[in-house]
Amino acid sequence: MLNFLILLIALSLLLVLIRFLKGPTLADRVVAFDSMSIIATSLLVVLSFYFHKSLYLDVAFVFGLIGFVGTVVFAKFLDKEL
Amino acid sequence: MLVFLGYILGFLGVALFFISGLGLLRMPDTLTRMQAATKASTLGSLLVILAIACFEPQWTFKLIVLAVFILITNPISSSLLAMTTYKRFYKNIYNTSGTDALKGEDK
Repeated sequence: MLNFLILLIALSLLLVLIRFLKGPTLADRVVAFDSMSIIATSLLVVLSFYFHKSLYLDVAFVFGLIGFVGTVVFAKFLDKEL
Repeated sequence: MLVFLGYILGFLGVALFFISGLGLLRMPDTLTRMQAATKASTLGSLLVILAIACFEPQWTFKLIVLAVFILITNPISSSLLAMTTYKRFYKNIYNTSGTDALKGEDK
């Protein structure tokens, strides 16, 4: 049952990855990156229960922080000259 | 009983993730893609984190901190990205949609 949950999360991650690879503009790719970082954060939370290790929750926290900072930096980069 | 509730919440969150990915793939425009992606993935990640808190009640404090962090940061980054996209790629949105609220606020 938990394997099926992880498989569905990976499937939706694949859908977002397709948009990331073929996005027409840069904004599409940044949106796909933002969505991908959130889905990967909750995939890490599910994996921490799957392996019964509480350490992976810290990894998920740091991953969410890095994704937020990356999205904000790309938004400021889009705001300037391209 | 708590495990059953956890499975219901987890599959609801994963269904929201799948809807978010499908909307990101199928929507015709950048702003509509953004609208499909950000809201659904925020609610989906909150539901998945709540499901893991139902599975393993010792980790509840850490999971609640993670959920509050996601709930604070994700709308900030997505609204900043939407504003930048509007400024850069949608100079004449009034011609297609008939309304331009942000320009009215600026001037």
